[in-house]
Amino acid sequence: MANDAFADQERMRRFRDAALPHLDDAFTLARYLMRNSSDAEDAVQECYLRALRHFDSYRGPAMKPWLLTILRNVCNAEFARRRREDVPTDPTQDSAVTEEMPMWQEPQASPEGLVLRQQEDATIRRLVAELPQPFREVIVLREINDLSYQEIADVAGVPVGTVMSRLARARAMLRSAWNAAETAAAKSGSAAASGIAL
Amino acid sequence: MNCAEFEVLLHALIDGELDAGHARDVEAHAAQCSACAEKLASFRAMRDAMSAAVLKEPAPAHLRSRIEASLAVPATPNTTAKGFFQPSRRGFFGGFALGSALSAAVAASLVLTVMRDNQQQVVADEVVSAHIRSLQAGHLMDVETSDQHTVKPWFNGRVDVAPPVVDLTAKGFTLLGGRLDYIDGQPVAAIVYQRRKHLINLFVAQRLGAKRGGPLSQSIQGYNVRHWSQDGLDFWAVSDLAGDELDEFVQKIEAALRAT
Repeated sequence: MANDAFADQERMRRFRDAALPHLDDAFTLARYLMRNSSDAEDAVQECYLRALRHFDSYRGPAMKPWLLTILRNVCNAEFARRRREDVPTDPTQDSAVTEEMPMWQEPQASPEGLVLRQQEDATIRRLVAELPQPFREVIVLREINDLSYQEIADVAGVPVGTVMSRLARARAMLRSAWNAAETAAAKSGSAAASGIAL
Repeated sequence: MNCAEFEVLLHALIDGELDAGHARDVEAHAAQCSACAEKLASFRAMRDAMSAAVLKEPAPAHLRSRIEASLAVPATPNTTAKGFFQPSRRGFFGGFALGSALSAAVAASLVLTVMRDNQQQVVADEVVSAHIRSLQAGHLMDVETSDQHTVKPWFNGRVDVAPPVVDLTAKGFTLLGGRLDYIDGQPVAAIVYQRRKHLINLFVAQRLGAKRGGPLSQSIQGYNVRHWSQDGLDFWAVSDLAGDELDEFVQKIEAALRAT
């Protein structure tokens, strides 16, 4: 008994050491996939519980993509459940406008959120958040979660080639949206708000 | 390298996913093509701005403590995540993300995969778009008849293949008619079938995204897509029908073609 308890304790410690450092990454992905903070929190919590349950079968190599794969499954399962119950939130058809947009302007509960964000960051977030689902996902996994193409392919369950073509399209969409935003900002006389020239 | 290949590979370049040899190829193309060079520069600028931006969303404190509490290690002091630093952001041109000795081979196969998948993917996306377009009023059929002997000759002179038109009414798929469509820049025969209330577009052409790609089965924007090649023709079936029923349709068509 004592040995079992010790083993459990050891296992829990290993899991915490491996998984907790990725909490911000997990929350970021969940936030972009679920598009609201409380759903994202639920998804992340469920993800960590599932990950702990399956930790014994975890063989590496990298903890972050493994966790994010579980998280993505949790989010998709939630969307599937909503579809079944006819809650009108369809991740495959979300066209930004119909969703609770903009997602980044609600008050932040965390102390970090109180820090005034630079307007440029806010613009980038908004533009990423407005991308259709598969493109939003690939951008977040690449630019924010910092996964390699192979890791993204594993998380999203698609070939590397699909990752590359999605990424190319996602960035092309972002670039034109960004150019449009820049033009709009310049027109409204607040050209100083953003220093990026594209 | 052409501009279309460049458009995909430039991202692998700025993400540090290419080995030195391929990176040189991509850069060599940019050196000759000013439009592509401009693209590369602007995507790099965007990438820089994105890396500099604080886009990561920190988990709210209450979520962190909730999760930490659920992972509490009983009877020992809490181990915190602090100080557990993950080596994270790769250098911008972090060199060979794919490793050393094998990187050239891996990257070569990666590029092949990309080209194949990308071409297949472009056609797959176009096929779905064509299907969606066809659902709009009045776009579905140019020749409306359930008689296969009317549909087939209608394509004469309109497309450069004689698309096989089979009547599967007895097998649960009703032939509605045919239409001329354009996919990947070429005229394509579209044969329309119906099962219950679900429409199926069967696109037939020569060299429509086949080349190195094998059969394909995927779901795009909620539509199921099946692709296969037979008798020198490329077939793409698209429908909102469930995947297994579309598979059944494909099998019926394949069997009918083998029988002729």
